[in-house]
Amino acid sequence: MIVVEDVHKHFGGFHAVDGATLEIAKGSITGLIGPNGAGKTTLFNVIAGVLPPTSGRVKMDGEDITGLPPHTLFHKGLLRTFQIAHEFSSMTCRENLMMVPGGQSGETLWNTWFGRKRIADEERALRAKADEVMEFLTIEHISDLKAGQISGGQKKLLELGRTMMVDAKIVFLDEVGAGVNRTLLYTIADAIKRLNEERGYTFVVIEHDMEFIGRLCDPVICMAEGKVLAQGTLDEIKANEQVIEAYLGTGLKNKDKLEAGA
Amino acid sequence: MDLLNALVALTNYVMIPAVAYGSQLALGALGVTMIYAVLRFSNFAHGDTMAFGTMVTILVTWWMQSMGINLGPLPTALLALPFGILGCMALLLFTDRVVYRFYREQKAKPVIFVMVSLGVMFMMNGLVRFIIGPGDQRFSDGERFIVSARDFKAMTGLREGLAFKTSQGITIITAVVVVAALFWFLNRTRTGKSMRAYSDNEDLALLSGINPERVVMYTWMIVAGLATIAGVLYGLDKSFKPFTYFQLLLPIFAAAIVGGLGNPIGAIAGGFVIAFSEVSITYAWKKILRYLMPENLEPDGLVQLLSTDYKFAVSFVILLIVLLFKPTGLFKGKSV
Repeated sequence: MIVVEDVHKHFGGFHAVDGATLEIAKGSITGLIGPNGAGKTTLFNVIAGVLPPTSGRVKMDGEDITGLPPHTLFHKGLLRTFQIAHEFSSMTCRENLMMVPGGQSGETLWNTWFGRKRIADEERALRAKADEVMEFLTIEHISDLKAGQISGGQKKLLELGRTMMVDAKIVFLDEVGAGVNRTLLYTIADAIKRLNEERGYTFVVIEHDMEFIGRLCDPVICMAEGKVLAQGTLDEIKANEQVIEAYLGTGLKNKDKLEAGA
Repeated sequence: MDLLNALVALTNYVMIPAVAYGSQLALGALGVTMIYAVLRFSNFAHGDTMAFGTMVTILVTWWMQSMGINLGPLPTALLALPFGILGCMALLLFTDRVVYRFYREQKAKPVIFVMVSLGVMFMMNGLVRFIIGPGDQRFSDGERFIVSARDFKAMTGLREGLAFKTSQGITIITAVVVVAALFWFLNRTRTGKSMRAYSDNEDLALLSGINPERVVMYTWMIVAGLATIAGVLYGLDKSFKPFTYFQLLLPIFAAAIVGGLGNPIGAIAGGFVIAFSEVSITYAWKKILRYLMPENLEPDGLVQLLSTDYKFAVSFVILLIVLLFKPTGLFKGKSV
């Protein structure tokens, strides 16, 4: 569904992404792991159009989407969330969700004055949809609170909810579990799984929590120093020499050796 | 002691002028604050934007006057105002297209935008002087007073007169209508909400499918409207002179900052705070004190705290005092 071909992203002399090539299959939940500074978030930014790549191409369903602006990609069904949850802090959670679908008829000045009825109908439908989304995520009790006031975990759920307001095809989640307690993490994992199964969303998840990855993701892609090191199931990745070296740590290897020696 | 006459004098010389001037400043500051909130830079060209919009309005007014079109007791300029706004919109959208958009694509830092707006300011400044000249222009017509001092004296039998100029009445009414419309727009319409969303969190707005160029375009259009209205009202009340409009930038910025940059309510409050302090500090209080004090205590001097030449200093003293105690302004503004 998404094909990344030899993408480079350089910041001055620093090669954040250094020739990454990978493919994301439709309907999968792909995990993206790797040490800090491996270029995972930069790769996300390049795919989502936030940063233009230095070289290389990104394709979605065969169509070249390299360097398209984020709001255009959004309309193609490519969405992302942020490592640190973003929200429109002065609006209520419901309004945050209702902001989402771009290109609403209320956006043209003409309709603002002369298309009141159409806007009202549209907003009613959106409102119903926002309420439904919040029910799905079990956060309906915070719908009238200002988004700046809710907890970090609830903001993460709200981010997930934002992707549900439109018919997303592929959603990039950047450390959705960072700073979230275990119970809430399971709620999020559950929601991701249901979205994947019931609505056919494709997910790409950056995450450091191996249990979370193991529960959810297949395949798993490991990145280090801007390159893709390995791809496979979590068990395969865990057994990969290079990955252990770069990410999981030699502690694991030493333990194996010790066990073998004993 | 003559409380009633003192009160009338106070209203006539301080309250009414300050409310009118405050409304003009508030409209100007709203424009500055909108640019700051959505485009994230301080627009130094705002004073000259006001001058340009007013100039177009004046030219159309003169043409209408020559054609014999008028609004009866109301100034013809009100009829010409929509044309001024359209002209100003065209200019701002043009500058955005040829100047600001380039820097937006570069993701330039706010300070670069400020410097760019300084350049735009000089260009607009030159443009206005080139077309209409640097001199003073009067373009108000129609009835000069709603209540004139003489009528008021005859009506009440008081010694003090109270004059309420048409331009002041129009200023206050227009300001109320415009502010109400603006707040309705920002809070109730989808376009207004997208603007607020974009101002709140640009990254997220982009990833929510909001088209940034469209938000920017609407912002410039609204700012053109606000600037032209503020400029025309100021010109009707006093007179039009390009240099005066350039100088207006100082109290306008002071108002926007005192209220909290990026906060529309703050801009309005700031406008009135600055206007009231400017008018009351540069007013010669002798007349009012004469009514309030026993005859032998009557002050010899004018009791004017500052000469009007220094009126711009007043706004900056207020600015300093407010920022010392509330660094983000009276209402919580954005800080960069």
